[in-house]
Amino acid sequence: MTIASQTPRQALRGATRAAPPTASTGDRPPARRRTSLTRNRWGYAYVAPFFLLFAAFSLYPFLYTAWISLHKTSLSNIDGGTWVGLDNYRNLLQSEFFWNAARNTLTIGVLATVPQLCMALGLAHLLNYKIRNRTFFRTVMLMPYATSIAAATLVFAQLFGRDYGLINTVLQAFGMDRIDWEAGTLSSQVAIAAIVTWRWTGYNALIYLAAMQSIPGELYEAAEIDGANKWKQFLHVTIPSLRPTILFTVVVSTIGAVQLFGEPLLFAGNGTTSGGSSGQYQTLGLLMYQQGWSNFHIGQAATTAWAMFMIILLVVGVNAVIGRLRNRADR
Amino acid sequence: MLIHPNRGKAVLGAALAAVLLTAGCGGSDGDGDAAADAAAYDPNAPVTLTVGTFGTMDFDNAGLYDEYMKLHPNVTIKQNNIAQSAAYYKSLQTRLAAGSGLDDIQGLEIGFIADVVQNHADAFVDFAAEDNAAELEANFYDWKWGQASTEDGKTIGLGTDTGPQAMCFRKDLFEAAGLPTDREQVGQLWPTWEAYLDVARQYQTKSTNKFLDSPASIFSSSVYQGETAYNDAEGNPIPEESDGVKTAWGYASTAASEGLTANLSQFGDEWNAAFSNGAFATIACPAWMLGYISSQMGEGGAGKWDVAPLPGSSEAASNWGGSYLGVPKDGPNVEAAKDLAEWLTAPEQQVKTFVEAAHFPSSPKAAEDPQVVDFSDPYFSDAPIGQIFGESADNIQRTPIGAYDTQIQEAFTTALTDIASNGTAPDAAFGNALKVAEQVIGG
Repeated sequence: MTIASQTPRQALRGATRAAPPTASTGDRPPARRRTSLTRNRWGYAYVAPFFLLFAAFSLYPFLYTAWISLHKTSLSNIDGGTWVGLDNYRNLLQSEFFWNAARNTLTIGVLATVPQLCMALGLAHLLNYKIRNRTFFRTVMLMPYATSIAAATLVFAQLFGRDYGLINTVLQAFGMDRIDWEAGTLSSQVAIAAIVTWRWTGYNALIYLAAMQSIPGELYEAAEIDGANKWKQFLHVTIPSLRPTILFTVVVSTIGAVQLFGEPLLFAGNGTTSGGSSGQYQTLGLLMYQQGWSNFHIGQAATTAWAMFMIILLVVGVNAVIGRLRNRADR
Repeated sequence: MLIHPNRGKAVLGAALAAVLLTAGCGGSDGDGDAAADAAAYDPNAPVTLTVGTFGTMDFDNAGLYDEYMKLHPNVTIKQNNIAQSAAYYKSLQTRLAAGSGLDDIQGLEIGFIADVVQNHADAFVDFAAEDNAAELEANFYDWKWGQASTEDGKTIGLGTDTGPQAMCFRKDLFEAAGLPTDREQVGQLWPTWEAYLDVARQYQTKSTNKFLDSPASIFSSSVYQGETAYNDAEGNPIPEESDGVKTAWGYASTAASEGLTANLSQFGDEWNAAFSNGAFATIACPAWMLGYISSQMGEGGAGKWDVAPLPGSSEAASNWGGSYLGVPKDGPNVEAAKDLAEWLTAPEQQVKTFVEAAHFPSSPKAAEDPQVVDFSDPYFSDAPIGQIFGESADNIQRTPIGAYDTQIQEAFTTALTDIASNGTAPDAAFGNALKVAEQVIGG
């Protein structure tokens, strides 16, 4: 109602206001542009809720975190504390805990992302064939994604338990040594990577599958005529066509890997935030949580948060550059 | 660098306020004049009180809420319990920072009472300023009252329980390893921690399960037997110089590197499972640990455990844990909440909590009550726990506490786990623990 009664009037007003210059110069296009702008006003109103929420829950916390990171302050005195400029950033770069966490984040990220995306690609390829109960398999694949991180991690932590875990029981049944999964550096990181992989493989596979279905069938037919077998087709038709999708999943998985937090926190099993007895699986996200919510140095935590953001920007930037270079090389 | 940092802060603050209002979650801060509130307080008006607790504080299990609600039909009590005290404290911190969402009564654990005393005393009711302050103070051990008091004499919490320590042992496992099972004789086996470690070595030659649950069991109990634990007399953290830390580290790291422990991380899943699997034969037992053991082992564990004195307790006993109740000052029901907090922590109620749930009193009046002194626990082979913990409480080392005790202790126990599971050299592990502690203290 309001829209219908007001919009024309607004449009009219805009048109009349724009009229004199138009009349004097005889130049129509600018007026039309202005008219369309005012006509779009309701469009802005429709998208406003998103931007308001974005400003309240993303932009504002984002800037506020930057502000806090310039202070030495505690969680309970978040608006107080003393101004220390960039000291927190200098301390962070000099902190061995930061570099340890950065290293772990990288290795867990690689351990989780690479097998995950490879497996997703393979699964998508298989599901792209006309097989029986295809919908069923596709749904099943998405189930882990629908499971909460906490629930999944708690179950996995029990599976990987040292004394009473199922995996060690199986290992022992096959005559192998029990493994103290949580204590070792590699073993704990593999365990955590397994949780991440389990949870995200199906999701990525579905994205690949969607992209695969938009690859024109003629390409495969042509390849078949040229004598390419299924594997050659996968390698030379499917993968090149999927390149933009692969880049997308790499970027999204990388961002997820840098922010990895829930899994290492809950994997410890007793609520400690140190990421293992020697910090062997402490990630940047967990370090931030330890600084802010175990040690209550919220200024430090804000600094780590911003460092994580910078790392994500950097990694995504590098990905984009590589993607662009490859595209150029292809032409 | 920045010309008006405060103005910037004010703008940000205003923005935050606006954001909170738009989001529709602006908390009410029932400020108001305290005196006016007190004058307007009608003890018979219907009121619902919330009590924030953590772990097993057991007011509910001891039937205290029901009893209070029967005595005061106008009062309804709701308990908001969080299982892990660390998680509880995080949410308490956030709520203190936001100034909203606090319960009418908040449980405060000894691990963070010093932080609350130093940094948040203004948020809580000062019991030392109450009309009945002298009467209240007389209820508690002087050290218990003192730990909840600021330097300028405010007291922000009333003691609930304390954690005088003993050593719990599995009679069946001791018997299988050829050790005595009579608690007197067991006590004589370990007058000191050195003797305790010797028994452990002897046990390990005869048994496949481990002598104790974790190196943390030794560390967390013996560190408080020293003159100082993590802090100097003023409450400043000095983990590197403390004699308590040094001695406790010596015992605990020996046990860790010699494989005398099951190397479980306390309060983790595997630790919980290990109780009923009989994975270890002894565990350091603050009074509240008895409740933990019986809840983990259930009916099947009755009669398997017994309680002996802690090694070295004839020289100095130690305290691990124990809590307080504080009343946030700006709550809507402060007067009613004060009445409930005072009642819950009164000696008569502490007696009931001990008899029902084995939380040792923080009131000498309650500790000397015949019901406590003569109490023996059938679940723990009729051990006279009233007497055992009473002796321990009388002999408690008054170790100064500080704001970061929980985190510093975690740094050391984590490093001990590293010795046991990864074979890290004790000296290197000690260095790592100090670095972690430095992160906590420094900031």
